[in-house]
Parts: sequence; structure tokens; C-alpha cells
Amino acid sequence: MAEMVTLIINGLKIHAPAGTTLLEAATDANIYIPHLCSNEELAPYGACRLCMVEITQGERARLVASCIFEVTEGLEVKTNTERVLNVRRLVIELLLSRNNKHPALLKIADELGVKETRFPVEQRGCILCGQCVRTCREVVGVSAIGFSGRGITRKIATPFMESPPDCIACGSCVYVCPVQVIPMKEENGVRTIMKYDYPMQKCRKCGQYFAPKKQLEYFSKITNLPLEHFETCVGCR
Amino acid sequence: MKKVKTAQELKSLQEEIKNSRDPEKPCITICAGTGCLTYGSQKLVDNFRSEIEKQNLKGKVEVRASGCHGFCERGPLVVINPQNIFYQRVGLDDAEEIIKETVLNGQIIDRLLYVDPVTQEKILHEDEIPFYKRQMRLVFGMNGNIDPNSLEDYLAIGGYSALIKVLNGMEPEAIIEEIKTAGLRGRGGGGFSMGLKWEATRKAPGLPKYIICNADEGDPGAYMDRSLLEGNPYSILEGMLIGAYAIGSNTGYIYVRNEYPLAVKNITIAVEKARELGILGKDILGSGFDFDVLIVRGGGAFVCGEETALIASIEGRSGEPRAKYVFPSERGLYNKPTNINNVETWANVPLIINKGAEWYRSIGTENSKGTKIFALVGKINNTGLVEVPMGITLREIVYDIGGGIPKGRKFKAVQVGGPSGGCIPESHLDLQVDFDALSKVGSMMGSGGMIVMDDRTCMVDVALYFLKFLEEESCGKCTPCREGVHQMRLILERITEGNGKEEDLETIEWMGKAIIDGSLCGLGGTAPNPVLSTLRYFRDEYEAHIKEKTCPAGVCKALITYTIDPELCTGCMVCAKICPVEAATGEKKEVHTIDQYKCIKCGACFESCKFDAVKVS
Repeated sequence: MAEMVTLIINGLKIHAPAGTTLLEAATDANIYIPHLCSNEELAPYGACRLCMVEITQGERARLVASCIFEVTEGLEVKTNTERVLNVRRLVIELLLSRNNKHPALLKIADELGVKETRFPVEQRGCILCGQCVRTCREVVGVSAIGFSGRGITRKIATPFMESPPDCIACGSCVYVCPVQVIPMKEENGVRTIMKYDYPMQKCRKCGQYFAPKKQLEYFSKITNLPLEHFETCVGCR
Repeated sequence: MKKVKTAQELKSLQEEIKNSRDPEKPCITICAGTGCLTYGSQKLVDNFRSEIEKQNLKGKVEVRASGCHGFCERGPLVVINPQNIFYQRVGLDDAEEIIKETVLNGQIIDRLLYVDPVTQEKILHEDEIPFYKRQMRLVFGMNGNIDPNSLEDYLAIGGYSALIKVLNGMEPEAIIEEIKTAGLRGRGGGGFSMGLKWEATRKAPGLPKYIICNADEGDPGAYMDRSLLEGNPYSILEGMLIGAYAIGSNTGYIYVRNEYPLAVKNITIAVEKARELGILGKDILGSGFDFDVLIVRGGGAFVCGEETALIASIEGRSGEPRAKYVFPSERGLYNKPTNINNVETWANVPLIINKGAEWYRSIGTENSKGTKIFALVGKINNTGLVEVPMGITLREIVYDIGGGIPKGRKFKAVQVGGPSGGCIPESHLDLQVDFDALSKVGSMMGSGGMIVMDDRTCMVDVALYFLKFLEEESCGKCTPCREGVHQMRLILERITEGNGKEEDLETIEWMGKAIIDGSLCGLGGTAPNPVLSTLRYFRDEYEAHIKEKTCPAGVCKALITYTIDPELCTGCMVCAKICPVEAATGEKKEVHTIDQYKCIKCGACFESCKFDAVKVS
């Protein structure tokens, strides 16, 4: 059992295990902090900056990203000061300038009292939270996609903008995207993610297409089990 | 060079070299820093060397190609010792004459002397020139006395004395205490106490510990770290050796940008020679202390000067910062305790150990000790690198050292601290320059860039320039920096194009604060500074662009027109000749005119007219 620390969030005394982040501690205590790039399955990242909170240490008050800042004993945290809200309003307006359609963004905007962005909208869809890239690296373990470019030209990309050789077509990136901008479809035994096609495997027993061949090959490789073992769908096993 | 095995042996070698040198032997020092090299000083060095051969003076006259002397405006520079005669703007073919006249016959070559622009007096000696006289060149001054590729030269001026002192029985804790007491603060931008950083790294659990020299200087117009690495790489190695010993580290990294080929070359040679001599490697000088240095070349991303991005880059990942809620002193390179300091900070260390913390503390202001090297550039007469004691006023730097504004124009502002520094107006010229005073007026020390602007500089345009730079250099990881700086740039661009809206100023002020509060690293956390500081001191200029659609400084192309005053035009035809688009036309001795439809507002006519007949409005 991890050591427990006591901290104060919005005047409330909270107990949390040492090593947890402020966002986790607040969420466990039913205190809502908006966030987009944080995911409990992934290592702390701190990129979207929606989850900023104000902490006081000594006499100094400063803003930190609650998804990466770890709880400390006696820490005083305020999640809704004017300074915090200003950062969140700017962030959501900036994100709306990339995507002003998705309900997840519109919901956060609404909570912050932001009706629309004052910045010119260039519909890009992707908000660059990086969840897809990090999931591919940290959870799936293949790093088939990454970031390219920097600053405003940053985007999610495949190596050399070609069909990603390491992709196992698992679709985790599609699943994890908070604004659902990675297209995926399955048709006639082929799964298409973005614009790349991946053939599916037919179940040896029921004959249904059930998983991308590359994913099964990957399973076989990391488990050291014969490929045939995976060529039967879970339902028929 | 033979390997030295003890501190005593190194000391004897130092003495031996010192004694073998005749202080009266003529020595011609040619500045071969990057500035002078671009004037062609390497050719000058070659010419001196072949002339010495030709005149059979080998062994009698020394020729030394040194690092940067700082007075880049007047290069190529040549100093002749022991008399300390200073020649400037030396022609590549002047070598023969200098040797014949000055070195052999003691005659001064008048045309090569520096002329004080104020008194019109010719000045003979380097140390009497106002540019140098008001400086305190503790760190940078050694550049002129050594050939950067000669370890003997460094030993001859007492180099590695601090290392000898340290290895002769100073305890690591005592060294850290000395640096703490000296009050040395990081010269790379953060201004954090170097001693405290060393202490934290020493005390942090985990082995191995690393030290890093941050030589990823990337501010436009700044080149002090470059010139130190190029001109005196040994002092940086000595500082790192002492730091490593105090911290308990056996591996150091020098992260230097690949765009600095001479710095890379000179530091590489210095490391090799130090290994040969036995002051890098295993069991240094018999002390049982092992230390070596690896040189990592950076790819030129500005953000890699940020320490966590730099660490990521050394580890082979893309240069993106992480939040510094846990300092590198606890978890840095490869998640091990790491001390990272910039070039100039490391170069201060031997000085403190040699002369003592009390001496060092006597220089500077209450909370900023020692000297700082600034890159003095822009609309200033004496462009160059200047090292001044903390607490000197901006006015002294700009007017006494910098020689004021060229062409008799009026001072408008000085931008201090690199692209994300702030513009300081004339009303603050008497500000005593140190870490705290600069941040109080909305600027910062940064790494020490100082860009002087005259009354023909548009402050909105300046803010836009820096913002563009930062927008391009943002890594793109966090939203406020990536999107916020971009949107801010679009607004500023609109203002300079005459399409600003009344509410724009309020918007950029609000954005600026939120970007500072919300950004992940120091790049975004300071990016709005140039905008906020110009807005603070030059709000009227922004308002003129927005409300009156004019650019008071006559810079923003969309808002200005060039016309010719018929009263003043003499019909000399210079403007017509220089105009690249044939917009300025007219017959000889007739009043000229500018076709507004054709004019691209390049300003060439304005700059070239000797009669002030071209007007901007």
C-alpha cells in the first residue's frame, strides 16, 4: 500500500496515494478538471494544457498541469481560479480553431462559457493531443505513427508519409482519439485505417473475418505461439 | 604532450611553459573569431606567417591566431605585443607593412589606428579604446592571449590552476560552498544559483551522475557562448572538471550546435589535448577522480537550448521539453541526476576558484554577482561582444561602450534577453542591468542578447519579427505555444497590414498572459514578452497602426508611401538608378517622381537620397 498524502483541493481535504497526479486525485474525489491529452493508460504528458490548476507553495501561487504534477503533503490546489479559467478558455478557443465541430470540444467550451472561437477556423480535425502516437508506442509497442514537423506545422504522420510498415492495424489509435478524426472501416475482408489497407484473417472455424492478419502475426511474434493458434476467432476457441 | 600524473607535475609544467616565454618577444595576435574570419582574417594569418618566413624572423616574432576579441565592428583586428598596439580594419595585404614598420622599426601605421568617433582622436593601445575601457573582461579577455588550439598557451596564462587547487585537497562540499557564496547565477537564461544546482545534484540519489554544458546558443544575434567555445575552450573544460569533481560525476556532455563548426572543432581539439595531458580520463592527476567529456552536436532546433529538450535530444529522442516539476538535478539525462549549465557559467568557475568567492562577490549588484557578456548588435556604432560588471547602466553600455546610434539617429529601445526578451525604452536607460532589474521592466537577462533600435524601427514590426521566430521554433507539443503564438502572429501581421481591429490589443494582452501561464516550457512561457513589452511602452504605436492606419516609424509597407519633395529634389538621378522596379523616374536636373502603382516600398530611394528629398508618410 502506497504512502498516503493529504492535500487540499478547493478547500476540501483529500487523501491520495503518493505518486498519483493531481488530476487522478481530483477525479477520485469527484472534482472535475477538463482534460484531453491525459489517459490513465498512458504516461503523463501534459500537452493540451486544459487541466491547469493553481497551486500554492509557500507564498507563491503558480499554475501547473494537473495531469503531470504529483500530489505532495499539504499542497493547496484551486481548480477554478480566474487565472486557471483564462488559460482554459484560451486553450479551448485555440483548439476550436482547429476543430469547432466535435461534441467533446464543444462541451468543454460550453462549460467554460466560450460560445465560439475568436480565431480564424481552419478545420484540421486533429487537436494534436498525441494520444494515438503514445498509445501506439506505450500500449501497443510498435510506434507505427509519430509526429512530424514542429510548431503549427506539427502533425501526426507515418514514416516518410507512406504506408506504415510497423502498423499492425489494431485500430488502437482510432479508438483512443478523443475527437474521432482517424477514419477506419472494414469492407470485404479489408480494414482501412486512414488511407491504408490491411487484409483481415478469416476464422478457421466459422469463416468470419475477425482480425487484421498483421495483428495476429504480431501476437504470434510477441507470445512465441504458432500463428495458427491465433487464426481462430475468440468465439470459436 | 607528455602525460602528467600528479597535480604537482602539472604545476611544474605550467611554470616551465611560463618561464620559457619571453614577455618582451614581439607577438602579432590576429583575431580569428567568426566575425573576423568572415572579413578574411585567416588569409591575414597566413600572410603574416609567410611574411615571417620570408624575412627570416621565425622564432623571433610570434604570430598567434586567437579567438574573438569582441570588437567585431572594426575587424579584422590585430594586436601587437608587448606594446599593446591595436590595429583595426586591417587589410589582408597589410601583413608585410606591419612587420616591417611596426614590429621591426616601432613605427605606427596611422591609417590602421582606431579613431574615437566623438573626439576624433587616434588611439594607439587596445586598453585605451572606449569600447574596451569600460568593460570588465574577466572571462572573455583571455581570448586575446591564447591560440585556442594551444594547450600550452592556456597553461602559460595560468590555465588549470583552479583544477590544481581543487585536486590538491579542496573537498567537494567546500567547492560547492565556494560557488554558492560567490553568488554565480546561470548565464543561459534561468538565472538559477549554480552552487545550489550543484548541491542538489550531488545530494540526489542515483548513479551515475551527469554534467552537461549547454552550448546550444540559438538567440538571433547572440554569439557569446560560441565565441567562448571557439576562443577559449580550455576554460570551459576546466570549469566542467571542477563541477564534475564537486558533484561526483564521471561523464560530461557538451551539447553544441552543428552550425558552429569552429566551436565544434576547437572544443574537440581541446578535449583530445586534455586527454593526452591526462587531465581528462582515468585517475586524473593521481586523485582517483575519473572524468571524460563527450561532444554531442545539436541539429539546430532553438528549443533544444531548453534543458529538458536538450536532454531528450542527447538521449536520441526528438527535442521536446517535459515539465520541470522534477528538476534534472533529480531526474535528468537517462533519468539520472544531472547538472546542466551554459557555456558562460562554466567559464566563470575557474575564476571563482582561483580568486575566491569574496573577490567575486565584490563585483556586481546585491543579487547578481560577477560579469555578463552581452552581444551588442543592431543600430549601434560598436557592434560586438562586451563583458560588463552586473549593475552597469544600459546607458553606459549603449553610449560609452557601444558608441551610440549610427548616423546620428535617435535611440528608441533596446531588446534584451533574446527573442523572448523585452524591449526597454529610453526612459529606462539608467536601469542598472542585472537579473532582477531586467525582469522588473518586463525584459530578462536571457542569454545576453542586446539589440539596439533607433527611431526608424517600428515596434509592432519588431514584435512581429520575434514572434515569427518563436512560432517557427515552437516544438508544437503544447497548445498555448503552438496555436497561441501562431494566432498572435496572425493578429500582429494583420495590424501591420492596416487591418487591425480595436479589440485586438485587448485580445493579445489577454492571450499573452494566458500563454505565459499555460505553456509547458520556457519557450512558450516567455514567447509573448516581445509583444507585451512593446505594448507596455509603445502602445501609441500599436494604436496608430490600428486607428489611423499609419506606421509612425515608416516601416510597415502596407501603411507607408514614399514621395519626393520637389523643393529638395536636385534631379541627381540616384533614386532612379537605384530603384529596382523603375518606379522612381525623372530627367537629369529635373524633379523626380515615384509611381505609387509600381513602388514596392523597398526604401532604397529613401536610403540613397543625399538631399533628404525622399519622404516617408
